[in-house]
Amino acid sequence: MNQQPTETIEEIFINRGEEEQHQQLEDLLEAAEEGNLNLIAILHQAQNIFGYLPRRVQVRIAERLEIPFSKVYSVVSFYSLFSTTKRGKYTIEVCTGTACYVKGSQDILDKINDELDIEPGQTSEDDRFTLQDTRCVGACGMAPVVIIGDDVHGRVKPEQLPELLRQYE
Amino acid sequence: MQNKYEILLCAGTSCNSSGGPTIYQNLIAELKEHDLFAETKVTQTGCFGFCELGPIITIHTQNEADEVFYCQVEADDVRQIVQQHLLNGEIIDDLLYIDPETEEKIAKKEDMDFYKYQKRIVLDNCGKIDPLEIEEYMEQGGYQALKKAVTELEPEEVIAEVKESGLRGRGGGGFPTGIKWEITHDNQETPKYIICNADEGDPGAFMDRSILEGDPHSVLEGLALGAYAIGAEQGFVYVRAEYPLAVERLERAIKSAREEGLLGDNIHGSQFSFDVEVRIGAGAFVCGEETALITSVEGYRGDPQSKPPYPAQDGLWGQPTLINNVETLANVPIVIREGGAWYKKLGTEDSTGTKVFALAGDINNTGLIEVPIGISIGDVIFKLGGGIPDQKEFKAVQTGGPSGGCLPADYLDTPLEYDALLEVGSMMGSGGLIILDETSCMVDVARFYLDFTQDEACGKCAPGRIGTKRLLEIMDQIVEGEGRREDLERLKHLSHTIKRTALCGLCKSAPNPVLSAIEHFEGEYLAHAEDKYCPTGVCKGLQKYKIDSELCKACGKCETACPAQAIKGEVGETYEIDPEACTACGVCEEECPFEVISKG
Repeated sequence: MNQQPTETIEEIFINRGEEEQHQQLEDLLEAAEEGNLNLIAILHQAQNIFGYLPRRVQVRIAERLEIPFSKVYSVVSFYSLFSTTKRGKYTIEVCTGTACYVKGSQDILDKINDELDIEPGQTSEDDRFTLQDTRCVGACGMAPVVIIGDDVHGRVKPEQLPELLRQYE
Repeated sequence: MQNKYEILLCAGTSCNSSGGPTIYQNLIAELKEHDLFAETKVTQTGCFGFCELGPIITIHTQNEADEVFYCQVEADDVRQIVQQHLLNGEIIDDLLYIDPETEEKIAKKEDMDFYKYQKRIVLDNCGKIDPLEIEEYMEQGGYQALKKAVTELEPEEVIAEVKESGLRGRGGGGFPTGIKWEITHDNQETPKYIICNADEGDPGAFMDRSILEGDPHSVLEGLALGAYAIGAEQGFVYVRAEYPLAVERLERAIKSAREEGLLGDNIHGSQFSFDVEVRIGAGAFVCGEETALITSVEGYRGDPQSKPPYPAQDGLWGQPTLINNVETLANVPIVIREGGAWYKKLGTEDSTGTKVFALAGDINNTGLIEVPIGISIGDVIFKLGGGIPDQKEFKAVQTGGPSGGCLPADYLDTPLEYDALLEVGSMMGSGGLIILDETSCMVDVARFYLDFTQDEACGKCAPGRIGTKRLLEIMDQIVEGEGRREDLERLKHLSHTIKRTALCGLCKSAPNPVLSAIEHFEGEYLAHAEDKYCPTGVCKGLQKYKIDSELCKACGKCETACPAQAIKGEVGETYEIDPEACTACGVCEEECPFEVISKG
């Protein structure tokens, strides 16, 4: 196979139409240097910019911080809140802590699977939702809890889900 | 109080998710509309604890006896509260708490069983003050302990007071706090660091979240006192990313403490300078373990290290570091303010003070409570907790989260105390109490916890990486109906090996839920492993065949076909499958000409 000359990191972003995000990332890395931000904090903010942490973003962070890419990747893959795949517009987080578990969080995951045909970790075909089973969110009094986007929904019953999901277009 | 009325509105995560913010907006609008805004003080407080009844509003006047507690308030009720209660002075009966036993309506907190048996010192400010207003914390005596320490006491005297109090680590380990401080103090190397561990990861536990949301300054004051005692100038609070509201309030609290000069250089004109930064996790349970937490604060993978060296010798960036849990630190200002001798009068001889517990699961009064250490499990569940809903039977209580165990009804007299719980094969843990009723399957619950710890195991040591995986596979086989009698012995043997050899606390304690379930519910395990039968019907892999009695034509073909003779009945009448005799072979389903037999 004929290997094309490699793109520069800047071109990689531009060729994907991510000029604006790329600029934000550069600004972030600039600020990180001055503000003494640690790697986890940088990754959180980079994920906010891009919605996820693709390889190109990790490579750029490693380059700028002058640390091996493997070190960045080791952190990204270690923590469950970092994602290397593209996510839907809304994240549905189904709490699977003990209180929610005994109050039926599995039935909720099953119902969402019926409705959207996605398992935890997957994104719906229309890119609207990414499903995630999350660790205890500490709202055990409201079990079972489902968080959609930034909204916390408590005491959710599986049959309410179709209506609830319709509210997020 | 200058105002005619003071209205307290719970703004914890639970009440916020059930309409709290809309209630607040409606309340302000309604007060303005009726010209009551100027004479009414509305405060958004931390968690009241009684999450089951949220959203909660309490109304106060200058006369304490006038307090009224409204629960399960909806946005539409606000108009009535303002017009009927504030304008006309009439209490709204429909919003009062109803005692489930006497069916009496109760207007005051202290008359409710849920609050009556509590001793709230750490949670005292939660549900009382606005967590964002530093002045309100100071009015309750806040930051006085810090002032007293830095202006009157030597660091050694602060440590002596904490030692005298008998305070033990509230994160679960129960290590004496004063001794931990002393060890870090005695290390001469500088700089030193202090970290507040707010990585509350146990599923079903929300004590630390509620303290951070409801009274963040108490934690900051505790941190500052710890820093003064050990000689640190920089502190960190490591909060898990799943708690955005706690992070927001903590950051605002740090800002106002800096503005008041309670954080920063030369606090109260002394030589003591101290500042705090927040570090946010990214979803890894193992980071609650001290050494893993340290690497995560540095920004890297939360890999645990073997101990020794302990953080007091070789901690953050290789420097001496003190790590305390949120609730432990929130106790410290009280200890310094009231004195160690006062503090140790609470609780038991070896476990002094109070403990915050989160009640969740199959219990009437879900919520957050604070009780003197040593109260019995039964009292918490049946007196404060109001017992089990829907007339179901109590089956077990799970204490200590994924590191703890399940205790059946025979143990209801056991005191909630560090050493007593260890003796019966469970542990205090950070304070989550999950109550399980008769419909819960103990094998499934043990499998649930193991699934959790297995998933969260970091993979650094072989017992944690491979041992927990094998353990989970055996459990999976049991709930799928592929278990054998020998599995119990295999589970026990492997569990003990993991406990002895794993690197850190996470996997050392991971087998505990399995072991305690085998100890207390052996019959249920055997039913799963040997008889391939789940007595509660929870385990889907073990579900037996059932005949839909409405559609059954009672032809009798299934009875003839069943190789286990598990189907009994009369032709033309009805047929039933005995679930204990059924081996789920599926022959009856195939034979039934009317397709009325199925699993489930």
